[in-house]
Amino acid sequence: MSHFLDRLTFFSRAGEKFSDGHGITTQEDRRWEDGYRKRWQHDKIVRSTHGANCTGSCSWKIYVKGGIVTWETQQTDYPRTRPDLPNHEPRGCARGASYSWYLYSGNRVKYPLVRKRLIKLWREARATHTPVAAWASIVESPDKRATYTKKRGHGGFVRASWDEVTEIIASANAYTAKTYGPDRVLGFSPIPAMSMVSYAAGSRYLSLLGGVCMSFYDWYCDLPPSSPQTWGEQTDVPESADWYNSGFLILWGSNVPQTRTPDAHFYTEARYRGAKSVVICPDYSEASKFSDMWLAVKQGTDAALAMAMGHVILNEFHVKRQVPYFEDYIRQYSDMPMLVRLVKQGDGYVPERQLRASEFVDGLGEDNNPEWKTVAFDSANGDRVVAPQGSVGFRWGEKGKWNLEEKDSAGNDTKLRLSLEDIKDDTLAVSFPYFGNQEHDHFTGTDHPSVLVRNIPVKKLALKDGETIVASVYDLFLANYGVDRGFGGEHIAKTYDDCEPYSPAWAEKITGVPRDQIIQVAREFASNAEKTNGRSMVIIGAAMNHWYHCDMNYRGVMNMLIMCGCVGQSGGGWSHYVGQEKLRPQSGWLPLAFGLDWSRPPRQQNSTSCFYAHTDQWRYETLDTKEILSPTAPEGPWDGSLIDYNARAERMGWLPSAPQLETNPLDVAKQAKAAGKDVKDYVPDALKSGDLELSCHDPDNPKNWPRNMFVWRSNLLGSSGKGHEYFLKHLLGTSHGVMGKDLGETGCSKPEDVAWHDEAPEGKLDLLVTLDFRMSTTCVYSDIVLPTATWYEKNDLNTSDMHPFIHPLTGAVDPLWEARSDWDIYKGIAEKFSEVAPEVLGVEEDVVLTPIQHDTPLEIAQALDVKDWKRGECEPIPGKTMPDVTVVERDYPNLYKKFTSLGPLMEKLGNGAKGMAWNTEHEVEGLKHLNGEVLETGPTQGLAKIETDIDAAEVILYLAPETNGEVAVKAWESLSKTTGREHAHLALPKEDEKIRFRDVVAQPRKIISSPIWSGLESEKVCYNACYTNVHELIPWRTLSGRQQLYQDHLWMRAFGEALCVYRPPIDTRSVKPVIDQKPNGEKQIVLNFITPHQKWGIHSTYTDNLLMLTLSRGGPIVWISEIDAAKADIVDNDWVEAFNSNGALVARAVVSQRIKEGTIFMYHAQEKIVNVPGSETTGNRGGIHNSVTRAVLKPTHMIGGYVQLSYGFNYYGTIGTNRDEFVIVRKLSKVDWLDRPDSSTPTANPLSREAAE
Amino acid sequence: MYDTINHLIFGWYPYVCLTVFLVGSWFRFDREQYTWRTGSSQLLRRRQMMWGSNLFHIGILIIFFGHVIGLLTPIWVFDALGIGHGFKQIMAIIVGGLAGLACLVGIALLTHRRLFDDRIRKTSSFADIAVLLLLFAQLLLGLATIPVSMGHLDGHEMVRFMTWAQGIFTVKPDVWQVVADAHPIFKAHLFLGMTIFLVFPFTRLVHVWSAPIWYLGRRGYQVVRSNGARKGTPTGRYPIHPAE
Repeated sequence: MSHFLDRLTFFSRAGEKFSDGHGITTQEDRRWEDGYRKRWQHDKIVRSTHGANCTGSCSWKIYVKGGIVTWETQQTDYPRTRPDLPNHEPRGCARGASYSWYLYSGNRVKYPLVRKRLIKLWREARATHTPVAAWASIVESPDKRATYTKKRGHGGFVRASWDEVTEIIASANAYTAKTYGPDRVLGFSPIPAMSMVSYAAGSRYLSLLGGVCMSFYDWYCDLPPSSPQTWGEQTDVPESADWYNSGFLILWGSNVPQTRTPDAHFYTEARYRGAKSVVICPDYSEASKFSDMWLAVKQGTDAALAMAMGHVILNEFHVKRQVPYFEDYIRQYSDMPMLVRLVKQGDGYVPERQLRASEFVDGLGEDNNPEWKTVAFDSANGDRVVAPQGSVGFRWGEKGKWNLEEKDSAGNDTKLRLSLEDIKDDTLAVSFPYFGNQEHDHFTGTDHPSVLVRNIPVKKLALKDGETIVASVYDLFLANYGVDRGFGGEHIAKTYDDCEPYSPAWAEKITGVPRDQIIQVAREFASNAEKTNGRSMVIIGAAMNHWYHCDMNYRGVMNMLIMCGCVGQSGGGWSHYVGQEKLRPQSGWLPLAFGLDWSRPPRQQNSTSCFYAHTDQWRYETLDTKEILSPTAPEGPWDGSLIDYNARAERMGWLPSAPQLETNPLDVAKQAKAAGKDVKDYVPDALKSGDLELSCHDPDNPKNWPRNMFVWRSNLLGSSGKGHEYFLKHLLGTSHGVMGKDLGETGCSKPEDVAWHDEAPEGKLDLLVTLDFRMSTTCVYSDIVLPTATWYEKNDLNTSDMHPFIHPLTGAVDPLWEARSDWDIYKGIAEKFSEVAPEVLGVEEDVVLTPIQHDTPLEIAQALDVKDWKRGECEPIPGKTMPDVTVVERDYPNLYKKFTSLGPLMEKLGNGAKGMAWNTEHEVEGLKHLNGEVLETGPTQGLAKIETDIDAAEVILYLAPETNGEVAVKAWESLSKTTGREHAHLALPKEDEKIRFRDVVAQPRKIISSPIWSGLESEKVCYNACYTNVHELIPWRTLSGRQQLYQDHLWMRAFGEALCVYRPPIDTRSVKPVIDQKPNGEKQIVLNFITPHQKWGIHSTYTDNLLMLTLSRGGPIVWISEIDAAKADIVDNDWVEAFNSNGALVARAVVSQRIKEGTIFMYHAQEKIVNVPGSETTGNRGGIHNSVTRAVLKPTHMIGGYVQLSYGFNYYGTIGTNRDEFVIVRKLSKVDWLDRPDSSTPTANPLSREAAE
Repeated sequence: MYDTINHLIFGWYPYVCLTVFLVGSWFRFDREQYTWRTGSSQLLRRRQMMWGSNLFHIGILIIFFGHVIGLLTPIWVFDALGIGHGFKQIMAIIVGGLAGLACLVGIALLTHRRLFDDRIRKTSSFADIAVLLLLFAQLLLGLATIPVSMGHLDGHEMVRFMTWAQGIFTVKPDVWQVVADAHPIFKAHLFLGMTIFLVFPFTRLVHVWSAPIWYLGRRGYQVVRSNGARKGTPTGRYPIHPAE
């Protein structure tokens, strides 16, 4: 009754003693314990997960108490794995467990926010104008526009109503579409797999509008272009459970316990099972503790290490002794037996492209695509030349022969010859490029010549155009590795101790790893693969992929795996874990996300090239194309700068371009009509005559600027924006920290094909809209911020590479304050757009240019040579020598109706992906019953509804083979037609299974095996990439249909990457221009800037979370070694500044023994909104890790129209590398928090006070 | 009028204060268990705590018990022990003075910290600041009485206050007259002292009740708090569920 009275128990107190009086029993009141008991009571538990792009995709229990989300714990109801395999759970980490903090935090975006200066202008204009005219009156007045664009990032947000902000956005979109073209409306949102409905909401709106969805995987530099190059696959990797099947695990630049926390238990369990573990990384990472051996490689030299290991493996397992399994594997599953033309260059020969059937007088009997069929010697039949089945020529235009059976197209059994040694006509000296002699201030090289001459056996063949000398990829491959086969040549190591290219002794010099360790790891890796038929695995992180020459790092590793027969085998292969790119029900999601049910094709753009052009990073380019050109490059004018190569790639139909044409694409069809031509004829003619001009040739022309931009599910400016300060300067036009000078100021040579303006544009965007639940750095710089639902307030779907389950996000509580789910927000914008657009837009014809796409019949476009129509080398032919041209109808007044229903094209054209197609009428019918039909009269009457986020999720699940067994069977049958092999047995047992949204809410469900992916889900095997290529004999989607080790495209050869070589990091020249410009009296030191994934956040999420800040140092930090710290008089916890010509950042220094001398680690994406002081060099607040980086493009990533090197959204294209960068590091002489009112210095101090306005 | 005021302040006010002090403490203990705490800000800032808090607490405990013993011990006890009034007063001045100085340094540090450390100031309630200033003022008044006391070292003034204090506790209605003509500093000191009792239940001072002194006399090293549910004791009304 009373706490006090109940304590008055003088007479009843027993005070019983025990244990000789050491213990005492009391009867005191224990009600205080109820406080703790109530702490863990709750009203309900809801299943959800986190969309942070961590690959975790962990199922969580979200606890709700009194209508408030209180905490979360890990779910434990995953279906069991099979016997002998550990279970998936526990899955989850400290970061996920802290998420509920965000819902009620001060950093939550609670209301629609808009820049005060903008809303003032808008309200004034709206008083007298209609919506679109109001927007026009603002942005067409440079003074009015500048009032808010120049204040981006300087605070000044005010609340506005949903109705008002959606009207501004819709009006801006309509104005932009009418005035410049819908392709000036861009949207950046990454990683659909982390919340696919939310992604689809925005992308569906943009696609119906004709706007542009921007890629992310390449921009994040998570895309390893070497994967499409080698496998024709974006990325496919084993699930983490498959680690357990491995016998030998190498962690190469991957920090599993820190960055794959929920999966790390499988690694531990694999070690209990007896797997050996080798960890390769420069720092003593959390993963290093896992290792039996830790190889502390010099950062950025991994290719050298891989090449040396490959050298040892080839020497011991292929040359000195042949392992039958390895030989059989590379014969059947790689292009090693294929023949390559050798051509004279100087005194020797250089390898050219792979020989094709078309070059034989009789075409080897191949009528269909003979120029796309690679050839080899068949040792089983008197060494005749055959065009083995499976090359890409068999994929298109004929049926039943695109498979990896060891047969030629006539059906004869073959045994392809690897080495021509036994049948050679001659032994010739062949030149291989060597880059390890390039000088670099911070990387050790050797003084070998730039061209290494090695002798190899060759054959002479009589072809159409006379006698041609050919060699096999196998012989070239071994010669490139410098393996001594007794043929002779220069710089071939006789022993491992000879310091010749690619020997262990050579690698020791470059990588710092002792040669004994290199030899031991290589031997054990191969020996395990030999004993287990390929159960050696390399787990690899993005660390190695972030270097400019990342392809070499990766291909070095892939080569090791392929030469040991590990790819496609359980417990073996390439496990590249970066972002959460695996959207398992992809082909069900694509129609929803890109409006394919209404119009095709959608507009998509590779972000790296777009941002490089439109944040004007190209204006500061310091890398000369000649520096990366191969010494054995074929003749040609390899002139021009990097952006010229990108422009050439765009006009040749290789890369996409958005904005596309200087002319509004809504006007092009009218112009064609006026000219009396079909659009498909008009566009190439007009391009040739100059009536139409591609935007890529003049990105700084106001006509070509991107005008509106949406950012959602992303922190583009606080996390992934390489060249952050260039974004601020040129795209946004606000205060920035760029300290370098552009090519105009430095007087360096300008681009040839791309126009130069002396005055650089500042502030290309009219409107930046960001959707987020927290006030991120991107929000701070936006014009409009829309409050979105958190991951505990909406319904959505989430999948990962790391496990085969499909997880829901479900609303534990309704969106708080005025927040709405992404689906509802875009639905609202679409509705408003349909309302305001008729002011200027009706039903329009939009001319869409698309690059030549991978996995379509067009991918075999440019077989033998590269021809540029702009230079008059060929005619512009859409889809062949230039982008494809399509006219798409845009019914703008009905955009909202289209948005909310499943369009008729699904029934008319069917569904498909990755080159497969199937009828989907039955599923559409099913969706009409499930979601209901539209009753309202109009263009959508009778179609299936997509009103809510759950409706949208059902569309995905119903249409995808991974979640609908019936579709899976249809998809496998579709593939069977091309391969001529029966595959449907892989899905038949699950034909009746249909996974619905409520099913995955009830319990995690495993997906159904589908031909969209190369692995299987079954009771027998874990998901392993390329498993169906090896076990179902489905070809890789490459030129040869096999794992492509020889890259024969002209640009590949020109830039020295036909075969894997070691290339040292590039020199970005960002330190010298600024190193002694602004001394502050402190000592300084130059360090390599490394940005791995962190422990206290997932990208930038959680870095502003109080719980995570409390566990870490509570603000931005950089790690430096004790030795470097001593050189610059830095002690632990000092505030330091790191800067170069790109910009500056400030952080506290963590001085640690575990960091390698010469490097500075800034774990990526620490926001600049928490605890960040000002920079001494720029005068602005802090800076983020990307303040000191700048994207540099690589020409080989621009290649297209060439099978696996054709463009695909997030599949191929330029990538945002950033690890070759160096920074100057020094102590801050004074820590300035910039906590003064900023009225006196309007350009400084952008983030100090949100409401200063 | 003057008498009325004295009567109210030294005759009635003590009972108001004591009532609020006792009933208020009881009420708060029963109703607001989660607020029954010291409200320490040590986690926010350690600076000035080591010296400030320790000097203050040592000082104030000596002063407090000095006052309790000095004022409430019946005079005949001192007489029986042969402790003269003059000696007692000098003792009080020396011990109280020294403890008062220690307490003064401590409370000065704490006040400075509370008012001028942004982090502490921002997290302080009105009561936190008010009670500290009240104690500070009371301490200064207490120290200010020393020069006055030095003027009459025979101890008769002290006996007056003992008479008054004991009179309050023994419910003597006219005892206010004993102190009516005391030096104004003493009277102010008395008034403020009673006021501290008055505000006591509304501030962090309640932690004084819960000083963990029982720990010192505890029997047994291991304490087992029995689960009342099984024994049918009053706590049995609250069944214990295992935490989820």
